[in-house]
Amino acid sequence: MLDRHPAPGPSRGRWALGLLVALVLAPLGVLGLSAAPATAAVGCLAQADKTGCVSGTVGSRSDPVEGADVQLLDEGGVEIEVQTTEADGKFAFTLTEPGTYLVKLDEDTLPDGVEQIPPAAAQAGPDGTLRVEVQLGRTAVPDLEVRSEDYDASGTSKTDQLVGGAFSGLKLGLLLALASLGLSLIYGTTGLSNFAHAEQVTLGGVVAYFLVSQAEYGLNLWVGIILTTLLCAGSGLLQDVVMWKPLRRRGLGLTQLMIVTIGLSLALQYAFQYVVGGSQVKVTLQSFESYSFGPVNTNSMSLIAMGIAIVMIGLVGFVLLRTRLGQATRAVSDNPALASASGIDVDRIVRIVWTASAGLAGLSGVLYALTVSNGIRWDTGMQILLLLFAAVTLGGLGTAFGALVGSLIIGLVVELAGPLGAPGDLKYAVALGILIILLMFRPQGLLGRAGRVG
Amino acid sequence: MDTILSILNQSLREAIAPSTAAVVIAVIGLNIHFGFTGLLNMGQAGFMLIGAYGFAISIIEGLPLVVAIVVGLGGALLFALVLGIPTLKLRGDYLAIVTISAAEIVRFVGRLSALEDFTGGALGLRGSRYQGPFLDLSFLPDTSWTLSPFNYRDTFDGSGVVRGLAGLLFIGLVVAAVLLVRRFRGAPAATSGARWGRVGAVVGLSLLALLAIFFVFPITYQNNVAQGWWVRLVAWTLVGLCTLLAALLVRSPWGRLLRGIREDEDAIRSLGKNVFAIKMQALIIGGSFGALGGIVYVLPSTVQADSMGRALTFFAYTALLIGGAATIFGPVLGTVIFYGGRVLLRETANAYVPSSIMSDQQTETFSLIVVGVVLMLLVIFRPQGILGDKRELRINV
Repeated sequence: MLDRHPAPGPSRGRWALGLLVALVLAPLGVLGLSAAPATAAVGCLAQADKTGCVSGTVGSRSDPVEGADVQLLDEGGVEIEVQTTEADGKFAFTLTEPGTYLVKLDEDTLPDGVEQIPPAAAQAGPDGTLRVEVQLGRTAVPDLEVRSEDYDASGTSKTDQLVGGAFSGLKLGLLLALASLGLSLIYGTTGLSNFAHAEQVTLGGVVAYFLVSQAEYGLNLWVGIILTTLLCAGSGLLQDVVMWKPLRRRGLGLTQLMIVTIGLSLALQYAFQYVVGGSQVKVTLQSFESYSFGPVNTNSMSLIAMGIAIVMIGLVGFVLLRTRLGQATRAVSDNPALASASGIDVDRIVRIVWTASAGLAGLSGVLYALTVSNGIRWDTGMQILLLLFAAVTLGGLGTAFGALVGSLIIGLVVELAGPLGAPGDLKYAVALGILIILLMFRPQGLLGRAGRVG
Repeated sequence: MDTILSILNQSLREAIAPSTAAVVIAVIGLNIHFGFTGLLNMGQAGFMLIGAYGFAISIIEGLPLVVAIVVGLGGALLFALVLGIPTLKLRGDYLAIVTISAAEIVRFVGRLSALEDFTGGALGLRGSRYQGPFLDLSFLPDTSWTLSPFNYRDTFDGSGVVRGLAGLLFIGLVVAAVLLVRRFRGAPAATSGARWGRVGAVVGLSLLALLAIFFVFPITYQNNVAQGWWVRLVAWTLVGLCTLLAALLVRSPWGRLLRGIREDEDAIRSLGKNVFAIKMQALIIGGSFGALGGIVYVLPSTVQADSMGRALTFFAYTALLIGGAATIFGPVLGTVIFYGGRVLLRETANAYVPSSIMSDQQTETFSLIVVGVVLMLLVIFRPQGILGDKRELRINV
């Protein structure tokens, strides 16, 4: 499937060559990763009985505010310290005396059109400050969140919010579909629920960060995206060769394999944290031209990302439906033993599926980091894993087109839940709630075949 | 040498910490789910969180301690029903996906700023708001105390040799207890007297081992503070009671049904048993252990949604698989090794790897990478863990 990627001169021979190069480069990439210093600047480390910390992020982790002044006041309102946030939006005060302090965000230093979300009643101090309790050896994290000034529902009409939400939902759905197609194909051909699939998504973002963003060898963004996809596909191939195939040979049960993927997911997640640190990193600093179509505000990268996703999903669909490879893949999904008996090399199909799935997930990771989460964090993938599972199960476990339908539905639900009144993180919970309810009535999913699933 | 001793000492403190005991209780519940019934519950942390919230909020609202515990356990019962009804008739991975999702939902809801008056939002509920009634129950005097009172400092003028010998004795006793359990597993006891004799032997050896380790590393805490001996005493007593209860449950006719379902669900169904109902009972009972674990987990600290996330469930699985799934003492042994081992690894890396190669933050991360790798290797190469029986663990769902 990768030969259809919009790489320069996508012919079969070059595809093989590209993969070879990717595989040779993969270890180099890992070396590069481990050599890079951790970027997380630990602002304050609370030591037991000595110091306490007040730290946090202005804005949110995914969308920090740069250049905002954060004031630390004592209980009487006397200023102790002021910090100005950098690109990561972080502030950290170190204190040696426990007690109650006030934290204030200077509204004048916020970017235009942005205001602070008023603190909750339980934490609010005088003059829009936030009350924090400092204990030695502990870190207090006040919420200094911001929103756009015209956030108020009466400012933008409900319809506009819904249209805007639907557009974001479509974008999220397409990117989820890129990743969940692979998850579904792996499930279809091997029966394995791969909990480490989300780490392939993170891997895409992290590899792209090192290829594009790190100044010494910063690549052009587009070359970086293509190379990232190839490297991730190579990692999938490598995984199948060194791990999954030997384990299948060993006859390890599916439950055991699933726990192996959980272990892999844990190890990879913290490996990412080890190399990029605990904070969010940006794949690229370049900004993209923004457009608005009526109520929809977007930028060129989002439109291109959606285009890439549609092309790739179309390609996967074409390969599955119209080529011998796709026919063989569907045969293996249906009945591996029968497929094997009809002369299909099941191991080869599974290998191709792992490779393609990892590549698609990696691509999805880069695009997600560029257009949805505004950067990549060690646990970005883990945050969307549940959405991926919800999408795949909603559409019908193991059906590729079900994964597409499920992803679009989940994307829309997640992005529309906010405008329709679900607060904060609960938008993810809504998607998962829908999954649980669907399972009660149609356990095989929307497009799954009605059959025994129990 | 001093560094090594201090690392071992820290590791031991972590191994007997109340949070470790709390996780043991949750792992006992997970063992009923996964080890005995073959249910892939990936949301044990969600059960813990529900128990913790139910308990803490009830006390803050002014209910008595006993009622608060019942509320926590009742929450787990409802949660199990919600999870079980749609999924227990389906193939096992559906339960896994739904439980992991539901546990996340609980965490999201706990963090909601709209519910801050109840749950404390992302900051959580401070321990001092709900610890009172529990600490008031303590009958220990208000002083500090050293375990064990009989330790190396008092004998032979604190001789290092005696200390070293006692350390070796500890290792020997632990190995003997493990070997004994593994030997008994092969041959069922003929009479109930013989069976209790065996249990007595294992428990006796374990107690002797404890005496030896506390002889080598005496530990001093205050009695009646949030992080003191009282909460440790209660937590580990509960571990003992839960282990006993779990042992009685799985040895009952009902326990045999659980194993039957794990091995061949259809066979049990053809015997006229209601497989769905039995699975549901297992889910509820294991979940209640989880909720109790959650209550104990927050007793010395705070109720904070993020402290009981997915990672904790995965830790519980790792601990269970280290000790041995479908065994009685596996959860205790596995969890103690897991938490003690993690601190051992982290502190060793802290002490001996220069911080230019690995910063303090990175050693913590490194220890978590090792957890993931250990989980993978265990499942592949030694699915029965330390105490388990390989033939028992061909769980397939």
